[in-house]
Amino acid sequence: MNGSLDLPLLSVRGLSKFYGSRIGCADVCFDLYPGEVLGIVGESGSGKSTLLSCLAGHLTPDRGEVIFQTALGPRDTLTMTEPERRRLARTDWAFVHQNPRDGLRMGVSAGGNVGERLMAVGARHYGGIRDKAVDWLGRVEINADRIDDRPSAFSGGMQQRLQIARNLVTGPRLVFMDEPTGGLDVSVQARLLDLLRGLVREMGLSAIIVTHDLAVVRLLADRLMVMKSGHVVEQGLTDQVLDDPQHGYTQLLVSSVLQV
Amino acid sequence: MSEQAYNFAYLDEQTKRMIRRAILKGVAIPGYQVPFASREMPMPYGWGTGGVQVTAACLVPEDVLKVIDQGADDTTNAVSIRKFFLRTAGVAVTEATTEASVIQTRHRIPETPLTEGQILVYQVPIPEPLRFLEPRETETRKMHELEEYGLMHVKLYEDIARHGQIATAYDYPVKVEGRYVMDPSPIPKFDNPKLSGSAALQLFGAGREQRIYAVPPYTQVVSLDFDDHPFVASKAAHDCDLCGAGESYLDEVIIDDQGGRMFVCSDTDFCAGRRAAGHVGRLGGAV
Repeated sequence: MNGSLDLPLLSVRGLSKFYGSRIGCADVCFDLYPGEVLGIVGESGSGKSTLLSCLAGHLTPDRGEVIFQTALGPRDTLTMTEPERRRLARTDWAFVHQNPRDGLRMGVSAGGNVGERLMAVGARHYGGIRDKAVDWLGRVEINADRIDDRPSAFSGGMQQRLQIARNLVTGPRLVFMDEPTGGLDVSVQARLLDLLRGLVREMGLSAIIVTHDLAVVRLLADRLMVMKSGHVVEQGLTDQVLDDPQHGYTQLLVSSVLQV
Repeated sequence: MSEQAYNFAYLDEQTKRMIRRAILKGVAIPGYQVPFASREMPMPYGWGTGGVQVTAACLVPEDVLKVIDQGADDTTNAVSIRKFFLRTAGVAVTEATTEASVIQTRHRIPETPLTEGQILVYQVPIPEPLRFLEPRETETRKMHELEEYGLMHVKLYEDIARHGQIATAYDYPVKVEGRYVMDPSPIPKFDNPKLSGSAALQLFGAGREQRIYAVPPYTQVVSLDFDDHPFVASKAAHDCDLCGAGESYLDEVIIDDQGGRMFVCSDTDFCAGRRAAGHVGRLGGAV
């Protein structure tokens, strides 16, 4: 991991989003340091996906600040112009959707999918783009001979891995993941988690992972935030929160996990 | 209704004003698709309703009109549109590129270089170059606004990945004056270099999609490509069998049941001009 641990990469203050009179998420505050993985857990409807969308700029929050450490110093991404935010979204940020169909272009070959972000930031050398695509397919354990196949010919697990390759190819610093292992069977989940853990450590990525699966955060996350009804009810180191839950809801959540 | 019941060039003056405003805006912002209130025209969509409206808005009684379809003056689309303006505007018509002041075209740019003062009007079926990659209109407009054209190269990437070369042979995307990516209407990519730096004003009308855009004279138009797969303006590797021209765009014509074929200039005026000047191709004497 890198050295500038004193400055947070992402600093969120008082973030709130309301759907009319209903609360999406309210008064969320946290700091995310470089190389750190933050897990957000909670039941369906607890506001974790709303929070992630607000952070990634897909939704406009009603209140609060999201300060990102850009190459040119800290900037509030909510007051940025749209071109700046979209540039950020395809360079320093990445977003992994739960359903790979939302994050991939299904009519474009695997190589084209991986190359799209490269071409979006100005790569104009076909051979170079292709080499990089082959390299990244290898890193997510997809055979190089599948490079010209469309994602629709891939299994669910391969699609998810392709989506990850497509997102990480430009070397982002912050990855948002919305239930990256949802909808996959357990053995595929385990391989994907292994892969993600390796990539996060190797690239020194910071990541925010939204999930309802406590095993996923146990494996990947350094720190954990527990949400209920739009509020953060508990946060702390992952092991601490999971092994010694303080809030009643966290205790319920931890004890709900089936022990095999 | 008598023919005198029509306004000059079919459209009423208010409609022409509206279209001219769209054209002026298009000329001011080369390559930008200007929305306009496209009218119903007495022909089906896909037959050049956009081009006809642009031509109607440009015509003045002194104009000389030429209409071509795939380069030819004598095909159905060209003949019917020429007749349409002959009846509704009473302007002079011609088949000679050099004599025309307004040329409406479907899918070709004439071989004879255009000159200052001429207007070339294109019929455009789908004006949005990003359409088949990004179906949302709101999103494509945003991409134009923010100059996010990476996706256009994804299309070319797919071409090379699948065919080993850029197989897009018509409708080849171009960048106008370093800003807007534009769909040049389905002209063959052989014609793309003629878009750039042309002395004539080039106007594009899409009737069904309700868009007008323009390339003013002497505007830089660059065909998109990759560094290691540069743009090539391709044509059939033959000479014209009628006039012997080696540098013109050719149509392939099957002439018998034994697989016999001939290649002829798609620009009929250019071919006829050369033959009149005494050039003879491989089969030129026999036909």
